[in-house]
Amino acid sequence: MALLGAGSALAQESAIPLLQSGTDINNIESLQRGARNFMNWCSGCHSLKYVRYNRLGEDLKIPDAELAKLMFTSDKAVDTINSAMPKDAVGWFGKQPPDLSLMARARGVDYLYSFLKGFYVDKARPWGVNNLYLQGAAMPHVLQTLQGLQKPVFKNEPDSNGSAKMVLVGVDIMTPGSLKPEEYDQFVRDIANFLDYAGEPIKAKRQSMGVFVTLFLLVFFVFAFLLKKEYWKDVH
Amino acid sequence: MAEAPNSAGTSSSGLLGWIDQRFPLSKLWREQAAEYYAPKNFNFWYYFGVLSLVVLANQLVTGIFLTMNYKPSSAEAFSSIEYIMRDVDWGWLIRYMHSTGASAFFIVIYLHMFRALLYGSHRKPRELIWIFGCLIFLLLMAEAFMGYVLPWGNMSYWGAQVIVSLFGSLPYIGTGLVEWIRGDYYIADATLNRFFALHVAALPLALVFLVIAHLMALHEVGSNNPDGVEIKKYKDAKGHPLDGIPFHPYYTVKDTVGLAGFLLLFSGVIFFAPTFGGLFLESPNFEPANPLQTPPHIAPVWYFTPFYAMLRAVPSFAGTQVWGVLVMGAAVLILFFLPWLDRSPVRSIRYRGPIFKGMLAILVLSFISLGVCGLKPPSGIYPMLARVCTILYFAFFLLMPWYSKIDSVKPVPERVTFHA
Repeated sequence: MALLGAGSALAQESAIPLLQSGTDINNIESLQRGARNFMNWCSGCHSLKYVRYNRLGEDLKIPDAELAKLMFTSDKAVDTINSAMPKDAVGWFGKQPPDLSLMARARGVDYLYSFLKGFYVDKARPWGVNNLYLQGAAMPHVLQTLQGLQKPVFKNEPDSNGSAKMVLVGVDIMTPGSLKPEEYDQFVRDIANFLDYAGEPIKAKRQSMGVFVTLFLLVFFVFAFLLKKEYWKDVH
Repeated sequence: MAEAPNSAGTSSSGLLGWIDQRFPLSKLWREQAAEYYAPKNFNFWYYFGVLSLVVLANQLVTGIFLTMNYKPSSAEAFSSIEYIMRDVDWGWLIRYMHSTGASAFFIVIYLHMFRALLYGSHRKPRELIWIFGCLIFLLLMAEAFMGYVLPWGNMSYWGAQVIVSLFGSLPYIGTGLVEWIRGDYYIADATLNRFFALHVAALPLALVFLVIAHLMALHEVGSNNPDGVEIKKYKDAKGHPLDGIPFHPYYTVKDTVGLAGFLLLFSGVIFFAPTFGGLFLESPNFEPANPLQTPPHIAPVWYFTPFYAMLRAVPSFAGTQVWGVLVMGAAVLILFFLPWLDRSPVRSIRYRGPIFKGMLAILVLSFISLGVCGLKPPSGIYPMLARVCTILYFAFFLLMPWYSKIDSVKPVPERVTFHA
């Protein structure tokens, strides 16, 4: 049953608990960095087919000149963010890299953050890496130069028959990359945050609007209550 | 300006007079609101009738606006929803009002039905009000199911697949019936198109007519109340019930308070938690329908899970799964017979004995437990819990003729109890 998306036909979400992403949809700087990281490192393969460049620029307060630098597949700002990936990518990866417009809504921000931190060396895989949070992931470790390489950590756990069994429990740094670990965390946190925005561009505005709606309804409730009391005075 | 209504209650001059001579406008207003006498002792539970009307109106209006941008084709449906969410002005609000409204509808309807059980609102002479209500509930389930398929997400697709294939377990006609419902050999474009037609035209029309019938029957016999006594027994010189007050303005202002409270919760969900933790909008539905890939765990939306759990609780027998389908159908149909199953001499729970109170508590607990079971994968304690709760659910109804008769009762007051 659990033949899930972002990997080959055999990819499986693992039972290892997800990391806390700690993203904040109201942090514009983080969203701007996330947009830049996404366009530079992800958009070659992954589209955001429901997100338009001009909406992105408006919501994230990116000046037009800066926005133009991020527009790799189009020169029209009303266009959606398409990837440059040809159709035969299926042959390269075993599946077409998925559109990420709604990935944050389908899987959650914590999943995206964990996934980007979950690559480890696995010689059995076509690209030499596997993922802690999506066993059999089809995606290569695109951010390897930034993060470096991680090795899997196994633990000896007795199975139900009493014989010892090696269980994958985590990852550990093997060779460092160009970013320090906390820099890399922030790098992928910004991407996850940006994809959270891409999943529902209205989210931040909806929440701030909700505060005013609630305040209005509270006042309305009080007046309605007082009106009712006044009318019901003569009911005995 | 119209003059004050004459003795016949119709206006004879002005615009209103002109209308009244041609259409019973003042008469309708008087009979349905200004001089509809409702018991003065309505409590909290009596808000949910008017709230279901409000939610119905919300669904109709937001539905019309969604239809303006939604595309009922398997190739475009999913994208058109995202178009509404992102590119249509205020589209996100209209969509969330509609999706949250679907769940809110079931919340207020379940509470409205529970109110009837509490105070015996289904008892003679209100059997037809109850039957119209049960029909509304049945249609609402069909309406909600078809609406859930329209976004064409992966859960929409597989939910439709599971529910429609249930009909396939019926003997002889099953296979043909399923093809007839789908209009294809699998859930496909043809299915989506007809579900759209039924969801936006046929079923809402039938629902509105039934709601009108429900209200006409109610206003004919008059409302029940938390004491379960007839207020029409004691009338004043003018013929108005002593314990009744005109619906307008008394209950219109009171219901406005209830409406404000409801809107606070409703907009709280819309603005702060529109997916409600994956209960109102499920995560797998943010991926487009994929006939080759099932979601990790297929479950219907929360409001169907009690009935879905009953379906799964019944094991296959004599080589067919049809028994579960029959039990699920019976769980809804048995509601229609409630007015005749209840043999208690009193209506309201206030004057009923401990057996009924215990049975009602068991019904509520088993229904909620079934709801939880239906959300979880069928493993661990859940299958057994679902079986026990299915039996308890039916026990409430099937044993009622017996226990409602032998249960002790308290003396019922002649008039309603009311403390201003």
